[in-house]
Amino acid sequence: MTDAPAPAPKPDGQPPDKAPDKPGIGRRLYLMIAALGEPVIKGIVEMGDIVLFTGRVLFWLPRRPFRWSETLRHVRDIGFGSLFIVVLTGFFTGLVFGLQTLVGFKRFGAEAMVGPATLISLAREMGPVLTALMVAGRSGSGMATELGTMRVTEQIDALSTMAVEPIQYLVVPRVVAATLMLPMLASIYTGCGFLGSYLMTVVREGVDPGVFMYETWNILDPPDFYEGYIKAAFFGAQVALISCYKGFNTSGGARGVGEAATAAVVMSSVSVLVGTYVITELLQPLLQGYIYFNALPK
Amino acid sequence: MTGFDDDKTVPDQPAPTNPALDAITPETAVMPERPPYAVEVKELRKTFGTREVLKGINLQIEKGSVAVVLGGSGMGKSVLMKHMIGLLKPTSGSVLIDGEDITKLGPLELKRVRSKFGMVFQQAALFDSMTNYDNVAFPLREHRKDMSVAQIDERVRYLMNLFSLDPDILGPRFPSEISGGQRKRVGLARAVALEPTIVLYDEPTTGLDPITTDQVDEMILQAKQSLGITSIVISHDIASAFKIADQILFVFEGEIVVRGSKEDCLASEHPFVKQFFATWTAKNA
Repeated sequence: MTDAPAPAPKPDGQPPDKAPDKPGIGRRLYLMIAALGEPVIKGIVEMGDIVLFTGRVLFWLPRRPFRWSETLRHVRDIGFGSLFIVVLTGFFTGLVFGLQTLVGFKRFGAEAMVGPATLISLAREMGPVLTALMVAGRSGSGMATELGTMRVTEQIDALSTMAVEPIQYLVVPRVVAATLMLPMLASIYTGCGFLGSYLMTVVREGVDPGVFMYETWNILDPPDFYEGYIKAAFFGAQVALISCYKGFNTSGGARGVGEAATAAVVMSSVSVLVGTYVITELLQPLLQGYIYFNALPK
Repeated sequence: MTGFDDDKTVPDQPAPTNPALDAITPETAVMPERPPYAVEVKELRKTFGTREVLKGINLQIEKGSVAVVLGGSGMGKSVLMKHMIGLLKPTSGSVLIDGEDITKLGPLELKRVRSKFGMVFQQAALFDSMTNYDNVAFPLREHRKDMSVAQIDERVRYLMNLFSLDPDILGPRFPSEISGGQRKRVGLARAVALEPTIVLYDEPTTGLDPITTDQVDEMILQAKQSLGITSIVISHDIASAFKIADQILFVFEGEIVVRGSKEDCLASEHPFVKQFFATWTAKNA
């Protein structure tokens, strides 16, 4: 076996060029961390931008002129426009939830508890979360697309040049409408879900309707509903803010608009699922305290 | 006897002097301040990422004059215009509107300053969710709460007729249902609806036929002569620029390389400017 031939010297007698060194392990590790860190830093920067955007929305929220007609238009779009899909998904969620809960509860003879179990889950968690996901998919993508198109066609700039603040005119009405509408939609979702659960448990499986309703009435507390309303309102604001932020910061023409719409739905949905845990943790002590004080003898 | 009379009795006393006035020499004298320019830009720089788009722009535009900003595509003309109306914040430098630096203003103050402006966008930037009529009426409905519905209607019809747009036929249509030239004219009508003191035009004649181009030029001149409106026009249209401009500013790679009259532009020794006008002259020949 022979060694590799040494590089030939240059014709002018200069030493030959050294082959470029391969990056060492430290350098490669550094590049890997940098590659992983870039999206993390971008994410943190974007979160900061969303906080600043929220600050701008809060700044313009109490200032005149109030955009009543715009707000009502979005109330109609978000509220009435999402009604069908909310009723449909709520009803089927209730049906399947009732069926699955019944299967489990039958094992220890607690069929009568299907009603309260379903309603507590729907009112506290599933109603607000699934309604918010529906609204994120339907209205959130619509908001991002509409504002994104307005951005790339300079319509938002045109508003500014006419001394009309775009945040106040375009974003505040959407955020207000979504914050107002989500609790109502979540209530409808919960109601439809409970109806589905009732039909599955009482009509199909033959659980006594009186027992079903009595146990539901007996076990549920008002705070179970309050938690759902608070969450839904929060999710409404969250979905609208993220979707408007994405639309507002669109660039790059039709492709940019499409990306903004997709990003709005993904980010809103993830934030709803993360947010529901955070809000639940924060609300639990308050709601438990409420229940405790109401249970004290008068 | 009053002190006044006492003074009269001393005729030989030297005339009273004002030490403050005596201290003024030609070197220290302060000239009365000239009225501020409509628009003044000082050392304006803008960087997007690592790319410097504006490299220390300085310009002054007199009130009631027409300034045309010429230059090739991607040289920073539109970016410069967006700074003038506060749509972009500069990396450094200042933009003075009637003597007020808008780069330091907050959102509420900026809104006040913007009410002095009208802007005509390159692609018209009409609100596609509104009809053409509503687009022209929009600034009036937003800012002229004193106007009745009938007065707004009268004004919108006047403006649409002024720009050869039939309000009964084109008014109820949406921007997507009219031609590019018509859209631009609706944009013009909307921009001047509030009778602003400064109007910015981002390539107002691009895509228009020669007759409409001439009408737009006449409109800019008429706005200057009859209303004293300051117009700032970004354009590639050299013929229009020569017709309407009091001052031509030629932007090349984020810097103003020529400033002055038509003759100054044609006499410029800058290679890009020479080529720009030579191509145009050759085409016209």
